[in-house]
Amino acid sequence: MSEMDLAIQEFLVESDENLNAVERDLVDFEGHPEQGDTLASIFRAIHTIKGTCSFLGYSNLENLAHVGETLLSLVRDGEITLTNKISSALLSMVDAVRQMLASIERTGNDGAEDYAELKAVLVALQDGEVSEDMASDEGRTLSEPLAIDAPSNREGGFSGERIRDPEILPVEESPSSLSTLEQNVEFLKVESPAASGDTRGSSVTESSIRVDVGLLDKLMNMVGELVLTRNQIGQGLSRIEDPSLLKASQRLSVITTELQEGIMKTRMQPIGNIWSKFPRVVRDLAISCGKDIRIEMEGKETELDKTLIEAIKDPLTHLVRNSVDHGIEAPAVREERGKSREGVLFLRAFHEGGQVNIEVSDDGGGINVQRVVETAIKKGLVTKEQAEKMVDRELLSLIFQAGFSTADKVTNVSGRGVGMDVVKTNIEKIGGTIDIVTELGKGTTFKVKVPLTLAIIPALIVTTAGERFAIPQVSLLELVRVDREQGSQVIEVIHDAPVFRSRGQLLPLVYLNTVIGLDQSSQKDLPNFSMPPISNIVVLQADTERFGLVVDEVNDTEEIVVKPLGQQLKGVSIYAGATIMGDGKVALILDVAGLAAKAKLGNRETEQAEKEDCTRADNQARQTLLLVQVGSQSRVAIPISHIARLEEMSGKVKETAGGQQVVQYRGAILPILRLNSLLAEGGITATDRTESFQMVVVDEQGRQAGIMVDKIIDIVDVMVSSLVISEQPGILGSAVVQGYVTDILDVNAVWRNTLMPEVAYELPESVGV
Amino acid sequence: MATQQFCTFYVGQLFFGIDVLKVQEVIRLQAMTRVPQASSVVRGLINLRGQIVTAIDLRRRLNISECDNKDPMNIVIQTDEGAVSLLIDEIGDVLEVSSDSFETPPATIHGVPRELISGVYKLEGRLLLVLDLDKALLVPSQEDTKKEDAA
Repeated sequence: MSEMDLAIQEFLVESDENLNAVERDLVDFEGHPEQGDTLASIFRAIHTIKGTCSFLGYSNLENLAHVGETLLSLVRDGEITLTNKISSALLSMVDAVRQMLASIERTGNDGAEDYAELKAVLVALQDGEVSEDMASDEGRTLSEPLAIDAPSNREGGFSGERIRDPEILPVEESPSSLSTLEQNVEFLKVESPAASGDTRGSSVTESSIRVDVGLLDKLMNMVGELVLTRNQIGQGLSRIEDPSLLKASQRLSVITTELQEGIMKTRMQPIGNIWSKFPRVVRDLAISCGKDIRIEMEGKETELDKTLIEAIKDPLTHLVRNSVDHGIEAPAVREERGKSREGVLFLRAFHEGGQVNIEVSDDGGGINVQRVVETAIKKGLVTKEQAEKMVDRELLSLIFQAGFSTADKVTNVSGRGVGMDVVKTNIEKIGGTIDIVTELGKGTTFKVKVPLTLAIIPALIVTTAGERFAIPQVSLLELVRVDREQGSQVIEVIHDAPVFRSRGQLLPLVYLNTVIGLDQSSQKDLPNFSMPPISNIVVLQADTERFGLVVDEVNDTEEIVVKPLGQQLKGVSIYAGATIMGDGKVALILDVAGLAAKAKLGNRETEQAEKEDCTRADNQARQTLLLVQVGSQSRVAIPISHIARLEEMSGKVKETAGGQQVVQYRGAILPILRLNSLLAEGGITATDRTESFQMVVVDEQGRQAGIMVDKIIDIVDVMVSSLVISEQPGILGSAVVQGYVTDILDVNAVWRNTLMPEVAYELPESVGV
Repeated sequence: MATQQFCTFYVGQLFFGIDVLKVQEVIRLQAMTRVPQASSVVRGLINLRGQIVTAIDLRRRLNISECDNKDPMNIVIQTDEGAVSLLIDEIGDVLEVSSDSFETPPATIHGVPRELISGVYKLEGRLLLVLDLDKALLVPSQEDTKKEDAA
């Protein structure tokens, strides 16, 4: 069977489905005229039929569909309202199209009947100038005989419906329509022998069967399971030395592999299957537009899932037609612009990052963005103010809006403003995207990206608390491994919230084991918890938020088959589904957005728990601080956990070593920091005048330093609730302690920056305030 | 006399029956994947020939104390939303019972079992409790479980 025959058969099967939908929708729309969607879908179905038959060369059928479509577009645009007459006429058209399709199936052409009367009615209805008589008369004469005919095609006999319908009965009495009726009865007589010998027609539906994708999925699952079982048998058999059993096992293995390949093949198809129609489409279109166009293809063999192939067929056809009709200029214009007379339409398909990219390029005139804007404003799709704020890319995407067309005149090829919105809707329906790249005078490229299959997605497998989880690759930004030993970057903690500096930005960290409640170590320890030497951070994008998910182990990326979770787990928002791993075990797929939401919720729950459990909460937020005075006014608090001793020193023991003030202290040299200089408390302080001074000895991992202060005030045990973060180096922030605004010293920072720059390193956590 | 076939099983001291037509299959304990954050009633997910099936611990569902049964059985139930597995202690026979031995559950049954038992068949020497599958498969949300725990 030639490719063309295949195309025709597909067209027949598809059109039959479309017509069924149109019939259903039309009747539905009569009952619920407020549903604009219904009308749009009727319109698209008719548009598709028209488009397909135009390139298959069925001009009669195309003409009829074109007239019907024009009428429908007026209804869609609200210029006329759908009346019973209009829907009757449209239903008559559907019947007429069915007859033509039947004729195509039998004889290979759409018949000699041109349905002039029906077309006349459809055209008359467009103007809304159909007289009551004419409309009712014509409407009936048309719907009537066809109503006789249509059921006869399908059921092989006259239906009783007509007689039951009182509306229609009078027609037979009307002399004017009687002749038409007779004519149609005659027509019916001609048709009926063919209808009775309809064996060839039915074989079309028999030779290709439409299989429910669900069934294929089920088969694929079972084959997957078969593979696992086979592997287990193979392992078991290696211990038993039985040649005949081994032989059987080998055959099982071969058959299983073949079966698996076969099942996979049923779903995967090369994109060439749909492209093969395009040369003809382009040729016919080019001739009818008076253009000279060559089509080139690359990557015909690129395979993708059957359901996706079907889903992108119409959008791609629209894009190709669009490029031929609007994109590529007439030969004369091309010569004027210094291009070859022959335009090139280039189709390209390739795999990239688990997606299939399909490009439709032309070397035509490109899209004039300014004209797009003007049209969009004229059509009321966007206001002038809105348009001014949009960038070129956004402006270009206006052509995907329903009702948009910049074509000056409506041809039967394109320009109705239906194609592009259908293209976008259909592509997005299958999780794909469409982009336009255009250069005025050079050409336009439509870039379509669709997933390889709907059911299989690439995912990163991670392990936490011994459980495996899959993270969909689409939300994955990067992977960071933090090695404390290497010491370059560390995880820091801001009031219980771990963060990580990623390219100059703070990245909030979420510990997967904590969020999912698989944490072995208690969460309460978080402010002081011991950081594991190595942390794996998976940087994720959830809607607008970026966050780092800390996991125990990052395993591998894998293509996983997404399976839904049962009803019992629908309430758990952190999972998007589950998948079966290579070893046959089930792994959960994380829902990144749900996870982000849950992590926040978790914090809130902790806060509530803190209120309930006062003692624990107090312990957490309570800080023991040493209050000291620096200068005449400033009060500074030093977290007592950092303090080793308080000393009163004589002023004379101060010495200078290497530019750093030091004192001899317990047989060692202790570097001294003058807090007033750190805090930029100008002027002469008390310390300079008195002979002795107070010194706070701070201890950090065995190394000590002295902080010189003016006065030790008190040691307080306070709840540091409202900390105002300070930007001053060395100061963590300010809080109200004992009724005074007090700066809280960031000992780590002081240590790092001032006391011992040579041992500067970041500590896992600050002072824990 | 109308009779009905029941697939019977034990959970603790209770002898349950469910309509045999609802049962897809009975399998041994399978490797399970825990579902953190889900209700504790959900023991995990099972890979049943490529289909992912939620396993519900009927002991936990009935609020019966845990036991150290190392080898619970799975009864896989076919529902409109796919298969669900019930973890039970021991599987019994398929019994044919006549409807005249049926009675509504006695008022003295308390707690969760009362909600989940839709009736009792008086058999010779023992009572067959009819498990209300729709209710049994309805997993209380996590909040509810927490409340129960608190209470």
